[in-house]
This record gives sequence, structure tokens and C-alpha cells, in this order.
Amino acid sequence: MQITINGSAAEVDESITVAALVRDRIEGDRRIAVAVNSGVVPRSQWETTQLGPGDSIELLAAAAGG
Amino acid sequence: MTTDPVVRLEAEEAADPFVISGRTLTSRLLLGTGGAPSLEALERAVVASGTQVVTIALRRVEASTSTGLLEVLDRCGVQLLPNTAGCMTAREAVRTAQLAREAFDTAWVKLEVIADEQTLLPDPIELLDAAEQLVADGFTVLPYTSDDPILARRLADAGCAAVMPLGSPIGSGLGIGNPHNIALIRELVSVPVILDAGIGTASDAALAMELGCDAVLLASAVTRARDPEQMALAMRHGVEAGRLAARAGRIPRRWHALASTSMQGRPDL
Repeated sequence: MQITINGSAAEVDESITVAALVRDRIEGDRRIAVAVNSGVVPRSQWETTQLGPGDSIELLAAAAGG
Repeated sequence: MTTDPVVRLEAEEAADPFVISGRTLTSRLLLGTGGAPSLEALERAVVASGTQVVTIALRRVEASTSTGLLEVLDRCGVQLLPNTAGCMTAREAVRTAQLAREAFDTAWVKLEVIADEQTLLPDPIELLDAAEQLVADGFTVLPYTSDDPILARRLADAGCAAVMPLGSPIGSGLGIGNPHNIALIRELVSVPVILDAGIGTASDAALAMELGCDAVLLASAVTRARDPEQMALAMRHGVEAGRLAARAGRIPRRWHALASTSMQGRPDL
């Protein structure tokens, strides 16, 4: 199915969970945050949150900033 | 009482500590990480500054230097203070803070809600709204605010853990534009006052402390200096000097001169 990850179209397995997406996409440090359709997905819900077609995902991490 | 001034001053400092949300900080300098020429330069500056709290931003994974930056900050042993940089509405800022809490496992947030990209000045209406929502959600809120004493008081009354008025616009290096307002903010609120933004050099940091601020937060003045490590050390000394001067009590300003040498006993030549 087609979803959007950080503003770019991406093809992923049907009903993939947030946790699986993070495992696929993030190497190393997992101090990241996930938003789905502008809603915060708490870390405790990554395993149980399934993505659907057309969902917009933000994968966010630390960056230098004031 | 001991006659060693350093020991005496340390005891005085211990009796009047800098505390945010129950955590006592012995360094009164907070450092931002934006603008450093390299992670190596940033690490040297963090170490030289002696800071215990360092701000970071939250950005899309592909655009970030996530792993390296956090590794450096882990090595330095500093507490992370996520910011909401770039947010222009309360809604965005609240969500960003909630995401940062998930990412970094901290309820501390440097709350920034700016009005536009040209001035980077805080939007006071959105800022207060976001602060109220985040306090209600259990955050330790450190709001970047204008130098308006009444807004600072409203933020403190809303339950913010500190208020962080700007000296002048972010990254401008113009120093403290309205010292009177900063001193007034210190009088009006009981939470810590942290001068945030506008610092250009060590004397600006010293002035902030002389005006009664509890701490100084700065980034560009160090990270964009020709020698960030040396400027970080200068800022550390500036903050300490200003703090000592504020405690020591400056002499009143006078219009006319006042001789320090007595006229009495002057020879008739």
C-alpha cells in the first residue's frame, strides 16, 4: 500500500505496524518520535498501531538547534 | 565564617541554588546546539562551557544528524532540553513537545512559538496558550518569551518552571536591548529567569546576570564565533562574573566624580 513518510511517497506492506516501520527505516539510535496523520503515537503503542493506505507518517529525530 | 572567599561564595551559592523543577543546576549557562561548524567543535564548546543542559530540535529523520549529535551529548553527560523551534501555532508547539517527550524521554521543553521567520519574535497569544496546555499535560515548560514583564508574569502564573525573556532577536547578537524590562521581570516573577537569545559576547552574558537573571541560554554567540571553544569558556566566566557582581552589589551611579583618595593631609607645594 502507498503511504507518505516525511513528505515522500513510500510503498509498504499492508497493515504494517509503526514498530515494524521503525525497525525497517531507522538504524542505530531509536530516540525518535512518530506522528501518524499529525497525531502523536506514543512509544508504548508502536507495536499495536497499524498503518493504513494514504497515511502520512512523520519520523522525527534529534537535530542541532537553539 | 571562613576567610577563604571561594569557599564562602560556594556556601552562599549552595544556600541560593539554581533549581528548575526540583533539579539543582550548578552551571548557570545553558547551551543551544544550532549553528556549530562540526560535531567536534560542538563537543569542545559544550565541555568548555561547563553547561549541564543543552537544547536540541526535532526534525525529520533524513534531514537530521541524529545519531552523532546524541552520541556527543551523551558523552558530555548533559541533560537534553528539546525545543519547539519553528512552530508558529500553539497546536504545532504542543504536538512537537509531545513528540519530543516520546523521543527523548523528558518532560522538559523549551517552548518556542514564533510569529514569523523574519523577526523570530515570540507570538505572545499562541505562546501563552501552548504553555497552559503543556503545563496541564505535565510538562516542565521553559518558554522563550519577549521582554514584556506582564507576559512573563502571565507565563509564570500559568505554571511555567522558568521564564526565558529575549535580550534581542534570535541570532542577532545585539545584546540586551531593554535591561530595565529584564530587571523588572526578575522582580515580578518568583520562578527562575533565564536570559535567552540575543547574547553576542561575554559582557552581554555578564550583564544579564548583573540584572538579576538566574541563568543565560545562548547558542549562536558560541557556535558561530570564530573559536567556539574559547567563546564558550568566555561565556562561562562571563556568567560567573556577572553572578558574583550581582551578589556583591554594584556602587550607585553618580553624576559627578567622587574621589577615592582623601583630600585631607594634602601637602602644600
